[in-house]
Amino acid sequence: MPAFPTAAREAVGNKTLRANLRHATHTIRDKRARAVAELDDWDQLREAGKRIKDETLRHLDRHLIQLEESVTAAGGTVHWAADADEANRIVTALVKATGETEVVKVKSMATQEIGLNEALEAEGIHAYETDLAELIVQLGKDRPSHILVPAIHRNRGEIREIFAREMSEWGRPAPDGLTDTPAELAEAARLHLREKFLRAKVGVSGANFMVAETGTMVVVESEGNGRMCLTLPETLISVVGIEKIVPTWRDLEVFLQTLPRSSTAERMNPYTSMWTGPSQEDGPSTFHLVLLDNGRTDTLADEVGRQALRCIRCSACLNVCPVYERAGGHAYGSVYPGPIGAILSPQLRGTQSEIDASLPYASSLCGACYEVCPVAIDIPEVLVHLRERVVQGGEVTRHGTRVTLRPAKGHAAERAAMRAAGWAFGRPGALRAGQRLASGTRRFHPRTLPGPGRAWSATRDLPKVPAEPFRDWWRRTNGGRAEKGDKK
Amino acid sequence: MSSRDQILGRVRRALADVRDGEEKDAHDTAVPRDYLREHGDRTTEQTVDLLAENLADYRALVHRCAGEELPELLMRLLAARGARTVLVPPGLPPAWLAAADATRVHDRAASTPRELDEVHSVVTGCAVAVAETGTIVLDGGPDQGRRRITLVPDHHICVVRVPDQVVSSVPQALERLDPARPLTWISGPSATSDIELDRVEGVHGPRTLEVVLVSGV
Ligand code: SF4
Repeated sequence: MPAFPTAAREAVGNKTLRANLRHATHTIRDKRARAVAELDDWDQLREAGKRIKDETLRHLDRHLIQLEESVTAAGGTVHWAADADEANRIVTALVKATGETEVVKVKSMATQEIGLNEALEAEGIHAYETDLAELIVQLGKDRPSHILVPAIHRNRGEIREIFAREMSEWGRPAPDGLTDTPAELAEAARLHLREKFLRAKVGVSGANFMVAETGTMVVVESEGNGRMCLTLPETLISVVGIEKIVPTWRDLEVFLQTLPRSSTAERMNPYTSMWTGPSQEDGPSTFHLVLLDNGRTDTLADEVGRQALRCIRCSACLNVCPVYERAGGHAYGSVYPGPIGAILSPQLRGTQSEIDASLPYASSLCGACYEVCPVAIDIPEVLVHLRERVVQGGEVTRHGTRVTLRPAKGHAAERAAMRAAGWAFGRPGALRAGQRLASGTRRFHPRTLPGPGRAWSATRDLPKVPAEPFRDWWRRTNGGRAEKGDKK
Repeated sequence: MSSRDQILGRVRRALADVRDGEEKDAHDTAVPRDYLREHGDRTTEQTVDLLAENLADYRALVHRCAGEELPELLMRLLAARGARTVLVPPGLPPAWLAAADATRVHDRAASTPRELDEVHSVVTGCAVAVAETGTIVLDGGPDQGRRRITLVPDHHICVVRVPDQVVSSVPQALERLDPARPLTWISGPSATSDIELDRVEGVHGPRTLEVVLVSGV
C-alpha cells in the first residue's frame, strides 16, 4: 500500500474520478446543510450525542458487561474477538456449523475492516454483498471509496459495464440490453439479489448502535437489503465494534435524529431495523453477536485520540473535506477514508507502516470536518496529536501493552510543518490571524511551498485558501443558517 | 485468558485516567437533555398534516379517509394496482378488507419467502407514526404481522389511525415503543442513491408505499 502522498497524486491525476467525487460530495454537502438547519436544537443534539458517547467510553467495561447480559437474556449468544483473525475465525466457525456455504451481507464497515469476505472465501464460503454500492464494488473487484456511498467513484456507464460483464459469474445475469439509467441498473440489482435473499439461510451484518440496557441492535439503511438480510435467514451473525454501544434506549432519540441528517441529508433514512435477540416467529431464530476490539482498546488508551471512537460513521466529514474531494477514498489505504480515516486508521493499526504514518498529514487542517461532525469529534486536534506521535514518537498502547515509539524516519519536512502547526494551535488568536492573512493574500499563493516545505507540497495540490476564513464565515452566517435562503 | 477477559482488562487499563469513584449514574447526570422533545408548536391537526406532507415528500402515496370509508378505499387502492392477492396479518380488523376483491393470503410460519414473493400486496396497521420525519413504525403487533410480510411484496398499504397513532417527533416515538419487539421504521419506499446520487425508488423493499390516514376508528 503506497503512502497517502503517492496514492493521492495518482488519484488527483484521474479526471473521471475527480469529477465523480466532486459532484457527489458537493451534492450531499449542500443537502446536509439544509437538513440540519431544519432542527433548531441541532447544537444541543450534537452536544448530547458527544456526551453520551464520551460517558459510554469512560465506563465501557460496565456497558459491555451489561450489553452481554441483556443480549444473552434475550436469547442471543455473545462472542468476544480481540482482533481481526479471531473475529474471522468465530464467524467462519458459526457459518460452518450451519452447514451452509453462502451468506448474505448487510453493508458493514467492521466486516470490511477485518477482511471477513476474504476469510470466508478461503474456507469455501461465499459472502454476497447486498448493498447496491457494495455490490458494484464487489462485482467490479474494487475497493469501497466512501463510507456511505462506497461506489461514489463510479459513474453510471462504468456500473452498467460491470453489471453486464460480471453478474452472470455470481448468479442471475444482467438483463439483455441493459442501459445505464439508474432505474434500470437498480432493477438489475434487485433481480440479481432477490434470488439470493430468498434462499439465504445465514445473514451477516454490523450494527449502527447496540443498546446496553435492552440488548437491542439497530441497523439504519435505505434499500431494504438490510431488512432482507436481517429478516429472512434462519441465522444472523452481527459483527460490531465495542464502541458502538449506547447505554439506554432513550439515547437512540439523539442519534436517530442526527445520523440520517448528517449522512444522507434526509429527515429519516427509509428503513431502520431494531431487534432484541432472536425470535421464533419473526426473523432469525438464532442470533450471534461478535464484539470486536481490533485496536479499539488501544485507541481508548489515548486520551486525546479516544474521541475518534465517538464516530457514528455518518460520512459528513468526507463530504466537506477538500483533501478527500481531490484524492478520493482509495488514497487513504483503509476502509475508513477521509478525515475520520486519517485519525482512526493510524490509531486502530498503529503508525508503523508508511501509509499509516502519512495519514495524519492527509489534511489541510481547515476544520470543516469538525464543524459538521454530529458528535463533535475534534479531528484537527487529533490529527495534530498524531503528527506529533509520528515525528516525535512516545508512549502508546499496542495490542494492550504500553510501548515507546521511536520517531519516524523521512519526516523531516513534516517535522518542520508540525512545529509551525503546533505553535499556531497553541495560540488560537495567531491561528485566526494567520488564516485571515492567508485569505487576503491568496492570489499570490504559490502552488508549492518554498524551502523545506517543498517535499511536502510537491505531492499535494495545496488546498485553495477560502476567500473568507471558515471561522469568520461561521460567525457571520450563524453556521450557514443566515445563508440558507440563497442556497438551493 | 479468554478474549472476553482480555478485552475487558484492556478497557480497564485504557481508562486509568477515569476516576474509580465516578458515580454509577454518571450517564444520567452527565448528558444534557436540553434538546427539544418536539420541533415547533402545532395543533393535533397540524401534526397530522405535517405527517402527510413529509410522507409525500419521501414519495409515499398518502390518502385520508373517515373510518367508514376505509373498506371502499382499500378496495380501490388494491384494484388500482391490479392486486389479485393480498397478505393479511392475523389481527387485521376483518372489516377493513370487507370490500376488497383480492384473494386473502395468510402468513403462516411454514410459508417460505418464495411463496410470499408471489403475493402482490400487503395491508397492515402500524404501531406509531412520526410526523416530523414522515416515518411509520411497525412492531409486529397483530394488525401488522411478521416483518417479512411488509418486506417481500412489492406494494404495501399501511393504515395509520389518526390522531391516536401520530406523534410529533422521534423522542416521542421511542417512548411509545417496546424495545423487546422487532421494530421496523419505514420512511417512504425503499430507495437508493448509489448511482451518481440519483434517487431511485424501490430496490429490495416494496416499491410502492401507500399510507392511509384514517380518522374516527
Ligand atoms: S467523524 Fe464525525 S462526521 Fe466523520 S463520519 Fe464520524 S461522526 Fe460522521
